[in-house]
Amino acid sequence: MGNTILKMQSITKEFPGVKALDQVDIEVEEGEIHAICGENGAGKSTLMNVLSGIHPYGSYEGEIIYKGKVCHFHTIKDSERMGIVIIHQELALVPYLSIAENMFLGNEQARSGVVNWDLTYQKTSEFMKMVGLHENPRTLVKDIGMGKQQLAEIAKALAKNVKLLILDEPTSSLNESDAKNLLDLLLRFKKERGITSILISHKLNELAYCADKITVIRDGHAIETLVKGKDEVTEARIIKGMVGREMTNRFPPRAHNIGDVALEVRHWTVYHPLFADRKVVDDVSITLHRGEVVGVAGLIGAGRTELAMSIFGKAYGAHISGELYKDGKRLELHNISQAIGDGLAYVTEDRKGNGLIVTDSIKHNLTLARPEFISKRGILDKDLEVHKAKEIRELLDVKTPSVEQLVGNLSGGNQQKVLVGKWIFAKPDVLLLDEPTRGIDVGAKYEIYQIINDLVAQGKAVLMISSELPELLGMCDRIYVMNEGRMIAELDGKEASQESIMGCIMQDSKGEIGA
Amino acid sequence: MNKAKGLLKGNLKQSSLLIALVAIIIFFQIVTKGVLLKPMNVSNIVFQNAYVVILAVGMLLCILTGGNIDLSVGSVVALVSAFAGEMIIEWKWNVYVSIFLCLLLGILVGMWQGFWIAYVRIPPFIVTLSGMLVFRGATLLVLNGLTLAPFPDNYLRFSTGFIAKASKIELLGVNVNIVCLIAGVAIALIFCITQIISNLNRKRKGYETESPLMLGFKLVIISTALIYFFTLLAQYQGIPTVLVILGILLLVYSFFTTKTVIGRHLYALGGNEKAARLSGVKTKNLMFFAYVNMSFLAAVAGLVFAARLNSASPVTGDGFELDAIGACFIGGASAYGGVGTVGGTLIGALIMGMLNNGMSILGLSSNLQRVVKGLVLLGAVALDVISKMNLDLLHRHKKVTAVTEKG
Repeated sequence: MGNTILKMQSITKEFPGVKALDQVDIEVEEGEIHAICGENGAGKSTLMNVLSGIHPYGSYEGEIIYKGKVCHFHTIKDSERMGIVIIHQELALVPYLSIAENMFLGNEQARSGVVNWDLTYQKTSEFMKMVGLHENPRTLVKDIGMGKQQLAEIAKALAKNVKLLILDEPTSSLNESDAKNLLDLLLRFKKERGITSILISHKLNELAYCADKITVIRDGHAIETLVKGKDEVTEARIIKGMVGREMTNRFPPRAHNIGDVALEVRHWTVYHPLFADRKVVDDVSITLHRGEVVGVAGLIGAGRTELAMSIFGKAYGAHISGELYKDGKRLELHNISQAIGDGLAYVTEDRKGNGLIVTDSIKHNLTLARPEFISKRGILDKDLEVHKAKEIRELLDVKTPSVEQLVGNLSGGNQQKVLVGKWIFAKPDVLLLDEPTRGIDVGAKYEIYQIINDLVAQGKAVLMISSELPELLGMCDRIYVMNEGRMIAELDGKEASQESIMGCIMQDSKGEIGA
Repeated sequence: MNKAKGLLKGNLKQSSLLIALVAIIIFFQIVTKGVLLKPMNVSNIVFQNAYVVILAVGMLLCILTGGNIDLSVGSVVALVSAFAGEMIIEWKWNVYVSIFLCLLLGILVGMWQGFWIAYVRIPPFIVTLSGMLVFRGATLLVLNGLTLAPFPDNYLRFSTGFIAKASKIELLGVNVNIVCLIAGVAIALIFCITQIISNLNRKRKGYETESPLMLGFKLVIISTALIYFFTLLAQYQGIPTVLVILGILLLVYSFFTTKTVIGRHLYALGGNEKAARLSGVKTKNLMFFAYVNMSFLAAVAGLVFAARLNSASPVTGDGFELDAIGACFIGGASAYGGVGTVGGTLIGALIMGMLNNGMSILGLSSNLQRVVKGLVLLGAVALDVISKMNLDLLHRHKKVTAVTEKG
């Protein structure tokens, strides 16, 4: 290594009322994987938007020197021409176009406006091979999973002849094995093609795994740059830089008071709503006790979300069979409002898509699941609603001056708190939490864990689905492991390890192939 | 301080609409040399716009469910007025029975369309486009292409009549309808008293209250406007019957959308259908209800309009759907759903109505009137969209993430 490919000097970017970046300096060497981390709102994404021309030249102060030249990018096209490609957290693929069409979108293989499809498909196959994406280039993007979509995005970047690849939280919606796959891909690109990457991530273990350098950003300042092999690069060290203090315990302690069985699911089988012969959940039996946090581990597509949603008043699936007992009593749930009435709550993994109404106020979101608590005979008491909403805001410490605020204006962590608050308001006995800390920063995660602890301390039962194994290990009393719709193992929270969980899944998948 | 700002911002959109309406009224009052607010013309404006307001309220509920519109309302209006004509004029049936049957017909039509939309999940645009053709065709079949007229008086009075028309007295040298005057003052008083009582109640329970100054200011302005409006009506024939129907509908629907759980669910459905469903909202039933309600109100509008024309004609209601949709969007409803108020819709309808009436008084050609109305619609929505660019981006973003679910 040695050549500096990119130098950003004293970058300052202001939005009305906020200084998002303040005199940030950053230097990236050719052929390295340079990680940028920081809490939500620290300014990571803004910095990358400045670099890629999304915030055009002139809207910020400071200089960008790329390959020894001072660059003034006015649009994203300008930066792409120089080989800088950014892949956003929210993928920019068109769901109803094929992989090939997406790959050359805006960059079509065409002569005088007429697309050469043979060439397009051939080139797409080549790029897909490079990233290890084994699909037909004609497949629609909506039909491939999140992990594959991410690969398609990277292949698209390759098609643009990328020299400097910027990835904004690329693994936030991937499971462990897909995420590792992706990071290995970056490492391979670095070695084989000399592609430089800038990686923005919350997942500290990933940074430690693949980054050569880590720049920590806090409140719009570049705090420090850690170099692998020179500085101590551990999770504890990075967290200290991000939050400005030592966080010795990432998971708040909890007294273990496990009570009676709260929810029991027996022989639960669910079929896919569209493909009637596809079993999504296959003969699963689980128990949850009051005061207990039970984890569900598994790869994406293992049927975890489908299990939770089908329990929650048949919110998902077809031909659901099996028995459901709550506090020893048999439950027959036909719809979601029954499930809510019987004390179940499902906190979705997709907070913007399935959880919150981002265009509505905090108070309306908080009370949506249980309007009967703020109404009499169908007539709303709006004053009571404001009052109750304020209580939840205090309880969960949602950082906003007013409960009238639109949810869309809140940060990710605060939105997540509103989502959890909505279900706390519903006064459930059993909470099914699906990826409760997805895409939020370390500090907010800690607060969510604290909320979970408070809930079980009140005698509620929590089922926690998560793709982040350390989180499951840190939080759960017991962990179920699912694979391909089946429950394959039940582990004690204290004895389980990342290796043992992944081991179960590997073993099970192998058996499948052998059979 | 921040809170006050937030409140001001929230009210600004409603009030900017109101300001636009007042500006339009003042403008036409000046250029028509005072004809616009002549007592007789004010009565006329009420008659001319009653059906638009009724339809627009129904349309609002459909739009709230997710920007869905109902294209069939013009045809339903025609079908209902055709049946009214047949039953009352041709077959000489009892007026009350006929009205009841016509309303029932509206509900049946709504159930038909609502079934396809809510339970079979065919896009509303397509179902109601089909309805537009089907019910127009049915109208022509029922009427055999002919126009039926006239309606008997005991039918007409529901729509074109006045309340206590005869109670005229001489007051300050002007001949006024005393019942109308008293009603105006009474309504203003009732409004003020309920507002003050609810404010006191909130204070007692320890909730936030409006500052007395703001409240007083609001009450004075609204009461003055109300009394002025009724004074104008009183100088002509008094309260039009249709105004009573309108007033009741507006009160009921405004209460329904803002104060009831089902109303709240309607907004949630339009804001994010999946989130609403996962919160226990019965989204399909709600969608069904919105379209049944729309056709019911279209039937009400059909009855009102048939009385105004004093005939049942096959071309009745042509283009009404567009007036209703336009009123909603001018009144601040979001084309994505989940945003919009009955009050705003009323103002939107009045803005359209005032433009219509003012331009007619000026003698502008109806061709030119269409151009102006079209531009006003675009302008109003453009202003709205530009003023909340941020929010709009969020919306679009939401739609994208909704389709790129994980596989």
